[in-house]
Amino acid sequence: MTAPAIELKGISKAFGPVQANKDISISVMPGTIHGIIGENGAGKSTLMSILYGFYKADAGEIYIAGNRTEIPDSQAAIAAGIGMVFQHFKLVENFTVLENIILGAEDGGFLKPSLAKARKSLIELAAEYELNVDPDALIEEIGVGMQQRVEILKALYRQADILILDEPTGVLTPSEADQLFRILGRLREEGKTIILITHKLREIMDTTDTVSVMRRGEMTATVKTAETSPEHLAELMVGRKVLLRVDKTPAKPGDVVLDIKGLRVVDDQKVERLRGIDLQVRAGEILGIAGVAGNGQSELLEVLGGYAHGTGTITLNGQPVELSGKNSDGRSRRARGIAHVPEDRQREGLIMDFSAWENTAFGYHHDPAYQSGMLSNNAAIKAETQAKMDRFDVRPPHPHLAAKNFSGGNQQKIVLAREIERNPDLLLIGQPTRGVDIGAIEFIHQQIVALRDQGKAILLVSVELEEILSLADRVAVMFDGQVMGERMPEQTNEKELGLLMAGVSGDAA
Amino acid sequence: MDVMPKWAEVTLVPLISLLLAAILSALVILAIGEDPVAAVKLMVSGALGSTYGWGYTLYYATNFMFTGLAVAVAIHAGLFNIGGEGQAMLGGLGVALVCLFIPWPHWTIAVLAAVVGSALFGALWAAIPAYLQAKRGSHIVITTIMFNFIAAAVLNYTLVNVLRPAGSMDPATERFPEAVHLPSLHELLAPFGIAFSKAAPANVSLVIAVIACVLVWLLIWRTPLGLEIRSYGKSQRAARYAGIGAVRITMIAMLISGGLAGMMAINNVMGEAERLVLNAVEGAGFIGIAVALMGRSHPVGVFLAAILFGFLYQGGAELALWTSIPRELIVVIQALVILFTGALDNMVRMPLERIFLALRASRSPKSTAAE
Repeated sequence: MTAPAIELKGISKAFGPVQANKDISISVMPGTIHGIIGENGAGKSTLMSILYGFYKADAGEIYIAGNRTEIPDSQAAIAAGIGMVFQHFKLVENFTVLENIILGAEDGGFLKPSLAKARKSLIELAAEYELNVDPDALIEEIGVGMQQRVEILKALYRQADILILDEPTGVLTPSEADQLFRILGRLREEGKTIILITHKLREIMDTTDTVSVMRRGEMTATVKTAETSPEHLAELMVGRKVLLRVDKTPAKPGDVVLDIKGLRVVDDQKVERLRGIDLQVRAGEILGIAGVAGNGQSELLEVLGGYAHGTGTITLNGQPVELSGKNSDGRSRRARGIAHVPEDRQREGLIMDFSAWENTAFGYHHDPAYQSGMLSNNAAIKAETQAKMDRFDVRPPHPHLAAKNFSGGNQQKIVLAREIERNPDLLLIGQPTRGVDIGAIEFIHQQIVALRDQGKAILLVSVELEEILSLADRVAVMFDGQVMGERMPEQTNEKELGLLMAGVSGDAA
Repeated sequence: MDVMPKWAEVTLVPLISLLLAAILSALVILAIGEDPVAAVKLMVSGALGSTYGWGYTLYYATNFMFTGLAVAVAIHAGLFNIGGEGQAMLGGLGVALVCLFIPWPHWTIAVLAAVVGSALFGALWAAIPAYLQAKRGSHIVITTIMFNFIAAAVLNYTLVNVLRPAGSMDPATERFPEAVHLPSLHELLAPFGIAFSKAAPANVSLVIAVIACVLVWLLIWRTPLGLEIRSYGKSQRAARYAGIGAVRITMIAMLISGGLAGMMAINNVMGEAERLVLNAVEGAGFIGIAVALMGRSHPVGVFLAAILFGFLYQGGAELALWTSIPRELIVVIQALVILFTGALDNMVRMPLERIFLALRASRSPKSTAAE
């Protein structure tokens, strides 16, 4: 019997009182794809960081191809044949593909021989694994899918036999993701071992041979993918039964609440980010905006939220909304009944060092209910925070705790409680469940649907197509600052939306 | 959860930093052949051993409270105001104009006017760098430093050419009228039967400084504006999301900061010198940076740190007077305190955090799982 390509025995790692990994053992056979799935904070990234030499385990052993291996740093990991493709690529934007590939792996003091050698092996690798990339293209000029290939090539150039991919499809269109999985399949055929870290159940089901589930720092199960189901995996991840589909009744759209006509936004670099957007959101419906990240969705939310300037006309309940000047800021938008759950809750929606109660007042801190005389009525804010935390099941329910000490899902609940309970006419919500654990996703989706059922208009932006399809009552696809088309979720599928997301006009097809 | 309990954070870290600075200072004193124990005794008795010593310590501390609060308010908005020195100089000009050109019936009214005058001039001097930062993106650290030099030049010109009494050789204003004389601690405490040194310069400004500490605390932690200032200081993107204007907060925070720095002039110009001289600020604007850093930008911390630096100033002067320890060594000691409490904060913090973690781990053997 062959030795496992990689085997971990009893790995433990604590950060202070937090046990990030607890007695973890896995073994991955060569030539297989092994998935690791778990909620945020389950300890997946910590485990991989140990494997790649970023952290040192408190206890446990690592065996590579049957040999006990110490991995004190990433150099040692590379020497042991481990390659890592991070969620956020580590590429030099204004270098060529070739230069990025040899970066850190140059032979000798002169670049020319290294580059020539790399070019030769790049051609070989491309042929072997169908990983075609133009070696002389600049990184900033190629798409994210290509950039990811460069990361894979970097690992292969360093003779990696074990490839770890951390949430590789987060930035890809569905078709780019399909290509990635074809490449991974090809690598598996050539005998490479692949560890795929993801929170997407579908990817695990489609591509892996075996899958390990992590929960709260522990490995709760390792199963053959063929012998499990998404529902079972979700249950293993969360520790209880979860509803994977959103439970909702058909929408009863009312009057037009938000009407956007010819909206254009030009950013600081004079690049036109929104190129004439026309959209309507009605009362009692959820309009989902699908699209690959960076196609103008963020700018749309920013201009509606009042903190980017644009041109065009926007009306809310028939009244014009100012798109530039003094009355175009977050505060005046809130006064108009527009609430906003921003895409990046850690940098925009919350101030991580502030307590939960300060964050609950944040943005609405001029509310007379929060003042007594010239001073803030902190006691009132704290009491309201406590009540909100109970209603939204924020854990732990301590208003004094700083936002950074809550998990992603609980942070999002704090933001949601603040925005939804203002009873807005229009709720803007970006990436509502990014970095949120499955258990909380269910709750957050229920809250959004409940607000819709109260007859409020909701504009939902998400890069998760599954989320859009299950939550939205109507889907608009954005590409390159334009709306490529609108579809009803029950009359479309991921393939059609994927084409629209890639800029292929559906109406012509 | 935070790794360290709050009490340890606010007491242990600065105290250990201070101890380290003291040990290193002792070594330096040993190295130049003097007795560190005797030096400490002399400093303590000189600065705290008599009401005279206390009078000087508190006089310096009053200066540092104003400049420390000035830096602290700016830090909360994420701005580093290094221009306290210049703002305090201009504050002096404001005080001098108020005191020289308006006949005041009584010091109580005069001091209120001086508060307004000094704060106004200090705030105006901070307003220009603030505007350049907010509107033009000129870095406030650079501009406030430059404005210190410009302030010195402005003061020099004004004293030599405008405010110098005819026939005087001294670049200073004439003495302020007797009516605006601020009562010293000696005069204030005498009615209560407390004997306080007559010669010491500490005066009623100390009370104003303490009131300023309280008001700054209220502003930063108890008002919506304070929340906005702190939000902007922590995350400009979050502030933008909430509709907190960058220009507005930069201007307001710097105006308050400059105003506080300017108010130092009530103490040194109106309270002590009773006329405006060149170089009246004597580096207190820069000490304010150390005070704010050591006090963690909290008014209580600033208050305590200001008293510590007042002690170092007065104790250091005593050392230079009575021993052969050169005056420059005092600067070394002060620098060590700044270095340990400000710049090398993590050096003390990290081991302490580890100790607390170990303590907690041993107290609760069953470890909490990852969140």
